[in-house]
Amino acid sequence: MAKVLFKKQLSKDVFLMRLEAPLIAEERKAGQFIILQTNEDVGERIPLTIADADKKDGSITIIFQVVGKTTFDLSLFNEGDNIPTLVGPLGKPTHIEKFGTVVGVGGGIGVAPLHPIAQALKEAGNHLILIIGARTKELLILEDEMKEIADELIVCTDDGSYGRKALVTEPLKEVCERNFKPDLAIAIGPPIMMKFCAETTRPYGVQTLVSLNTIMVDGTGMCGGCRVNVDGKAKFVCVDGPEFDGHKVDFDNMMARLNSYKDMETIAHKCRLEEEIKRKGGLK
Amino acid sequence: MSFRTKEELSKEAKVLLDKFLPIKDNLKPKDRITIPLQEMPSQDPVVRRGNLDEVALGYTEEQARVEAMRCLQCKNKPCVAGCPVAIDIPLFIQHIVDGDYQSAVNVIKKTNLLPSICGRVCPQEVQCQLPCTLGKVFKDVDKSVSIGRLERFVADWERNTGKVSIPEVKPGTGKKVAIVGSGPAGLVVAADVRREGHEVTIFEAFHKLGGVTRYGIPEFRLPNYVIDQEIDTLKKMGVKIEKNYVIGRTRQLLDLINKDGFSAIFVGTGAGLPMFMGIEGESLVGVFSANEYLTRANLMRAFERGVADTPIYKSKKVAVLGGGNVAMDSARMAVRLGAEKVYVVYRRTEVEMPARKEEVAHAKEEGIEFHFLQNAKRIFGDEKGKVNAMECLRYELGEPDDSGRRRPVVIPNSEFIMEVDTVIVAIGNNSNPLISQTTPELKVNKWGNIIVDENQKTSIDRIYAGGDIVLGAATVILAMGEGRKAAASINELLKNEK
Repeated sequence: MAKVLFKKQLSKDVFLMRLEAPLIAEERKAGQFIILQTNEDVGERIPLTIADADKKDGSITIIFQVVGKTTFDLSLFNEGDNIPTLVGPLGKPTHIEKFGTVVGVGGGIGVAPLHPIAQALKEAGNHLILIIGARTKELLILEDEMKEIADELIVCTDDGSYGRKALVTEPLKEVCERNFKPDLAIAIGPPIMMKFCAETTRPYGVQTLVSLNTIMVDGTGMCGGCRVNVDGKAKFVCVDGPEFDGHKVDFDNMMARLNSYKDMETIAHKCRLEEEIKRKGGLK
Repeated sequence: MSFRTKEELSKEAKVLLDKFLPIKDNLKPKDRITIPLQEMPSQDPVVRRGNLDEVALGYTEEQARVEAMRCLQCKNKPCVAGCPVAIDIPLFIQHIVDGDYQSAVNVIKKTNLLPSICGRVCPQEVQCQLPCTLGKVFKDVDKSVSIGRLERFVADWERNTGKVSIPEVKPGTGKKVAIVGSGPAGLVVAADVRREGHEVTIFEAFHKLGGVTRYGIPEFRLPNYVIDQEIDTLKKMGVKIEKNYVIGRTRQLLDLINKDGFSAIFVGTGAGLPMFMGIEGESLVGVFSANEYLTRANLMRAFERGVADTPIYKSKKVAVLGGGNVAMDSARMAVRLGAEKVYVVYRRTEVEMPARKEEVAHAKEEGIEFHFLQNAKRIFGDEKGKVNAMECLRYELGEPDDSGRRRPVVIPNSEFIMEVDTVIVAIGNNSNPLISQTTPELKVNKWGNIIVDENQKTSIDRIYAGGDIVLGAATVILAMGEGRKAAASINELLKNEK
């Protein structure tokens, strides 16, 4: 059980929560995630990356976007409420060392998991170029926090409502073409974005890490539901990942697997809406 | 054999009981041999295909007493030697004959703390019932005394009386023992160590307790209320429980000793790391490990569509790969989830199947089709990456292999296509690497199983292990047997310290 200490809406569907979790705060390292349930009896277990942690006050921060039933239910929790199930930190931490120049790319909600990794890389003495992007200005998160740690920050939006009008792959390509090409790239965001970031860096031979967020149940290696093909071999995101060499991940298969229950989720969503409407006495 | 209802079976038993009860103390072996074996009442196969309720309903009191009278009360007790925890089987059975069920329970509980679980899921036909003299007389192990069914009867009787005895706990010693994992091994260690007055904490990774008995074994074979009751007993004994707590992640194993003040640890984390075939198409949408499929249906309650948030794949034609109990559980769960056709694909024949006979029989009654001497070669998918067919190969049996079973050999050019939309891989588990990876000092073998000595002690002082993490995937009772040994070692260790 974890108490919600602080809640803030970052954009239309994106929320930040600080949760009381002293053990997780003590053990967690950049790149790791937690699994939570909004109802212990019938709730689904969903993985979320730890965006930040504070050992002193024993809290961790999560940032999530409402995309399905569980994230919707989670968004209804308020300060003082208890989240019934919280387990972590799970997954292997990011390997942090002084690589030289590192370019980090965060798309949409992916900026949240990128933040602690970028922070750790900065502390290890890397020169940090950060590219953050979103569909539109309202969906852009953590710009100030990223600005604080970046040696160079490039902001872009798909629709040009803020920063550069571009997909994140455009500035990434330019960075790869510079005289001093980066020693490492880290891309975190929607699967399709990570796929194209990996394609962008491939011709330049820039090693590219991606952090995968797949369907999971236990998060400890027991079920294998999170498996992805990496270099032709099945890997478990929960115990072998979540980070993998982006040039070796079979993104198309991963995206198909993410949609395994899409039809059913749509039905669940529709049912919930109908219920909500009924409860509020019909559509006005 | 046609289906007979519980009422019919009970009525027949009543007639037999009236006949034999008055002469129960004078029964000769030749009389006992004439008493017919009591069939386990079960849910109608047609009805149970659509529900999760327990299939085997348990003996009625009449049936239990009649079955108990079949026991020859052998002086040399071959059954006891066949029991991994050496229950005094003839004694508890005699108590049933006498109608003294409380005494029967007490006999069992001396060595087996989880009789209502073991009575349901132990493979008695290869343990206590294998050397049973009665089975030898009939040259048929299936005609042995139904020891497991009798064990279950008295355990259920005790629960139904509402007076489950709570084992006595000695005065507190102030010493702390950590149990990692709340499966069968962990529960047994918790009870045995707590009885000596030590403070016991169980750490469980999941949000519910019971380990494989909760996430793996389905409700229709082992209902959750049975597990809940065992855990309730532990709580009443004062055992502390920490859920959502992954040792190796939330806390390092050695930190439990070095930072948290535990004097000893038992590691019973089970065999949870599913094996896959390593064939083409195995990551298509619609291919699941049995662990995932069963965990969704059992622990996450996905069977209750509309109630549970966790989805489960909608299947019409399902192929289950494997021939063990987990394969049977998966196939039978798929039937209950509405699949029209469920095939069990196994590369040997029915004789070599590791699944319990009873489970195979139940599966057949429920309409599951068995495809022997066949195995998957690759899995095909449609343009959306969803399974739509599986290519199989036919096999024949060759020379015996290391396990003594005849080795399946591929018949060349025997490929054929099986139309399926779901494939469940149930070919076994490797041991979970979380603890060994994060505790390099802990010695494991090449399969990742923790190496222990004859006292269940690992390569690290004060740390003991048992169950599937040591044995590889085995059974509930073997896990419990190891747990008892480990608990005795821990109690011995702590007794000699101030």
